[in-house]
Amino acid sequence: MQSQAELKHAEHSEFVSFTVAGQAFCLQIKQIREIRRWSPVTVLPHAPHDVLGVMNLRGAVIPIYDLSARFGLETTEASERNVVIVVAVQDKPVGLLAESVSEIISINPDDIQDTPAVDSRNTMDFIQGIISHDGGMVRIINLEAVISVPEQVF
Amino acid sequence: MAGSIQDTFFEECEELLEAMDEGLTAIEGGDQDPETVNAVFRAVHSIKGGAGAFGLEELVAFAHKFETVFDDVRSNKLELDSKLIQLLFRASDHLADLVTTSRDGGQTDAEHHDVLIKALEEYIDEEEEEIVFEPMGFGGLDTGGLPDLPLPDLDDLPAVDAMPAAPAGPVESLYKIRFHPLKEMFATGNEPFFLLQALSDMGTMEVTLDDSELPGFDTMDLDESYLAWDIELRSKEPRSVIEAVFEFVEGLCELTLAAEEAAASEEAGDDDAALAALNAAFGSAPAEGEPADPAPLAEAAPAEPKPAPVAEPAAEKAPVKAEESAPPPAKTENRGPKPTLRVELERVDRLINAVGELIINHSMLAQQIANLDAGDLRDVEIELEGFKNLARDIQEGVMAIRAQPVKPLFQRMARIVREASAATGKTCKLVTEGEATEVDKTVIERLSDPLTHILRNAVDHGIESPDDREAAGKGKVGEIKLSASHRSGSVYIEIKDDGAGVNRPRVKQIAIDKGLIPENAELTDNEIDNLLFLPGFSTAKEISNLSGRGVGMDVVKNAVTSLGGRVNVTSTPGKGSVFSIILPLTLAVMDGMVVSVGGQTMVVPITSIVETMRGNDEMVNNLGADGTLLSIRGNFVPVCDVADALGLKDPFAEHQKPGVFLLVETETGQRSALAVDDIHDQRQVVIKSLDGVCGNIDGVSAATILGDGKIAMILDPESIIAASPAAAFDPDRRVSNAIAS
Repeated sequence: MQSQAELKHAEHSEFVSFTVAGQAFCLQIKQIREIRRWSPVTVLPHAPHDVLGVMNLRGAVIPIYDLSARFGLETTEASERNVVIVVAVQDKPVGLLAESVSEIISINPDDIQDTPAVDSRNTMDFIQGIISHDGGMVRIINLEAVISVPEQVF
Repeated sequence: MAGSIQDTFFEECEELLEAMDEGLTAIEGGDQDPETVNAVFRAVHSIKGGAGAFGLEELVAFAHKFETVFDDVRSNKLELDSKLIQLLFRASDHLADLVTTSRDGGQTDAEHHDVLIKALEEYIDEEEEEIVFEPMGFGGLDTGGLPDLPLPDLDDLPAVDAMPAAPAGPVESLYKIRFHPLKEMFATGNEPFFLLQALSDMGTMEVTLDDSELPGFDTMDLDESYLAWDIELRSKEPRSVIEAVFEFVEGLCELTLAAEEAAASEEAGDDDAALAALNAAFGSAPAEGEPADPAPLAEAAPAEPKPAPVAEPAAEKAPVKAEESAPPPAKTENRGPKPTLRVELERVDRLINAVGELIINHSMLAQQIANLDAGDLRDVEIELEGFKNLARDIQEGVMAIRAQPVKPLFQRMARIVREASAATGKTCKLVTEGEATEVDKTVIERLSDPLTHILRNAVDHGIESPDDREAAGKGKVGEIKLSASHRSGSVYIEIKDDGAGVNRPRVKQIAIDKGLIPENAELTDNEIDNLLFLPGFSTAKEISNLSGRGVGMDVVKNAVTSLGGRVNVTSTPGKGSVFSIILPLTLAVMDGMVVSVGGQTMVVPITSIVETMRGNDEMVNNLGADGTLLSIRGNFVPVCDVADALGLKDPFAEHQKPGVFLLVETETGQRSALAVDDIHDQRQVVIKSLDGVCGNIDGVSAATILGDGKIAMILDPESIIAASPAAAFDPDRRVSNAIAS
C-alpha cells in the first residue's frame, strides 16, 4: 500500500478526478486502466449492497462496485450518464461506478494534506489524503482499502 | 540452455518412470514376456544415462544398482519371485523420489535409501557385477576437434574409472566387428568416435577404415554416411558388454559382431539374424559409388553431423524409439507410441480461451443478425450454422488436446496403496479399470490429492487387518478397485473397497460428540455415510501417520467441488464402501438451459435437469404457510423458488406464481422442482470462473457470457436446493445442507 509519506516523496503526479454522490474524489492516473460508460451489469446473488454485479470486459468477468455505497453515501441509481472506472488491483481488474469523470489534475505531492478526523468512519477508511484544487476539496482514494474489504464480505 | 535440457530430461523421466511402473505392474500380474522386462530395464537405464549427463550422482548410483539387479532378471540369472517384485516396486518408488528431489531439490529419506541399496545388493552377485557402459558422448564431448581414431585416451572416459576391475579369469576372445553407421545415427547426435573409444577401453583393438563405398566428390551426398569400420578387438569382456556399447545406436547402424570363442556362437547366430532383419528394415543405406581420395573424406563423414550438445538427451531416447520402429523380430505387439508433440500447456490454454471467445462471438453475431430488419436471411443463417459447427469442431479438438488418459494418475495411486499397506501392516491390492478414460489435464492434476486421500482412508479405515478379514470369511488380501468411466457427459471415478464399510453408529456418535449434528437428528444411512465429508470429522481412534489428521474427507469434498464435481459415498456394512466422484467432462464448456430468474438471465446445466414443465395452478399445492409442492403425475416434489433462494425476489413485488418448473434430481436421488420465470434457449456456454472475482456464492457455480455480451450466472441446482429457505425448516435437511455446503 502506498503510504502518505511515499506519496509526498513522489514527483508531481497526475490524478484523475471524478465525482461520487456530489463529492470530488481522485485516483492516481497510473492506477486506472480505462474508463467506460456504464452499461447494465449482471447482478450477483447474495451480494452486499455496494457490489453492483459483474460486467463483461472483453471476455473477462469483472466485479463492479458502487463507490458511493461503498463510502457510506447513498446508493447510485446507475444510468448511461455514469462511468465505470476500471482499475487493477494485483492484476485483477475491478470496476468502480462513479457519477462522472471531471478532469486530470497535476498535483505537487507537498500539497497533499492528511485527512482531518471527521465523524464519518465509513468514508475515512477509504481516504488517503485530501488536496485543495480550484477552491474545492478533492479526496484521494485509498484503492487497496476500497477493493480489499468486500472480498471478505461474501 | 542447460536448464531447458535438464527440464527435458525430467519430463522424459516422468514418462520413463511411468513405463517402468507399468512394466513392473505387468510383471507382477504374471507377464512373462521378456520384452516387458526389457522395457523396464531400458527405462531404468535411460534414467541412469540422463542422470549421469547432469551429474546427479545419487540418482546414477541408485539406478545403477537397480539396473544391475534387473539385468540379472533379464538374463534369467535371478528368478522373479514376489519378494523380489516387491523390492523392485519399492526401488522404483524410490527412484521416482530421487528424480523428484533431483529436480525440485530437497532430501530423500537417507535411511530408506540405504536399506534399499542393501536389499538390492543382496541380489547382486559380486562376481557377476558387470561393467555397465555409460551412455556415450556425455563425458567426452568437450574433446572437440576431430577424433584420432585408433588412439583412445584411456583417461577420457569417466565411466571406466568408476567401474570395478574386470573379473580375473575369463579368457580373452577376439571379436570381429563391422560397424557401419547409417546417416540416421548422425541425425540423432551419436558419434562413432565415442563408440570406438569405448571399445578400445575394453582391450586391444585394431581398426580399419573401409572407405570403399565413398563416391567421388561430385556425386557425394553430404548427409549420407559412406564409411564403415572393421574392428578386431581382443578383450576379456563378455559379449553382452561389447553389445552394450552399441546399445544406443541399435537400428541406426549396420553392425555385425562375431566372436572367435566358440561358446558365443549360438547367441551370435541369433543376433545376426536379428541384425539382418534390422538392416533389412532400414534398407541398405549407401549407394554404390566410385572410391575416391580417402583423406579429405575421412574427415568429412564423421565431422559434418557433429552433434551439438543439446541433442544429447534426445539421443538418449533413440534406442527405445529405434526398436519400436524397427523392432527385433517377432516382438511387434502394437506397443509403439504414436508420434507425439510436446507443447507448453499455456499455449493450449490460450487457444482454448480464443475458441471460447469465438463461440461467444458466434452467438453475438447470430443475435445481431436475428435483430436485423432485413429481408431474406436464410442464406446468412445457413452459413452461420456452418460457422457454429466449425467453432464447435475446433473447440472439441482443442479440448481433446487437453484431455489425457487417467492412466498415469492411477499408476501413481498404486504406489499410494502400496505405501499405505506397508504402513498399516495390511495387505491390499489396487485394481484399476478404465485407465484409458480421458479427462481434462487440470482435472487429472487436481484429482491427485483427493484420490490419495480416499485411497489412504480406504486402506487405513476401510480394509480390515488380515486376521479380521479371515474371520469375516474374506480373502486375506483386501481389494481396492479404482475405476474411471464416461457416463452421460460426466466422468465417473469410483473407489470401491471390500472392507468393513462405514461404521455408522460410530460415525454418528462422533458427529454428535463434535457438535456437527444435533443429538436427536434422524439420519438416513446415506446421510450418515456422507457425514464423513463434514469439516473436522475424523474417525480414527488414534491419529495415524496416514489419515486422520482431522483434515480428512472435507478436503476431498472441497477439491472435487472446486472442479465442479461432486463426491458421494455409499457403504454396505461388512461388504465395503464406494466413493464416487462425478466430474464434468470439460472445465471450459457445457450445455446449459438459458432461463430467466427474477429479471436476470441465468443458465442451468442440462445434465442436472430431468424434465421441464410449464406449471398451472392445479399442479401447485401449498403445504403450510410457505411450503409448495408440485404435483407431477400423482407424485409430489418440493418446489424451490430460485429467485427466492438467490435473494433476488423483490419483497414488494406482487407475489406471482412462477411459470416454469425444472425438475432436477440431486446426488442422493431426491427430486425437486426449481421454479423459474421462463425458459429461453438451450445452448452451449463457455464457463468463466468467478474465482478471484468474488468469493463463493451459494447457488452459483460459475458465470458465462451470452450472445448479447452480458454475463449470466451458471446455477448449481444442488446448492440452490440446499440453500432454499424451505429446506431449512426440515431438521433432516439441515444436515444435508451442512453436508452439501
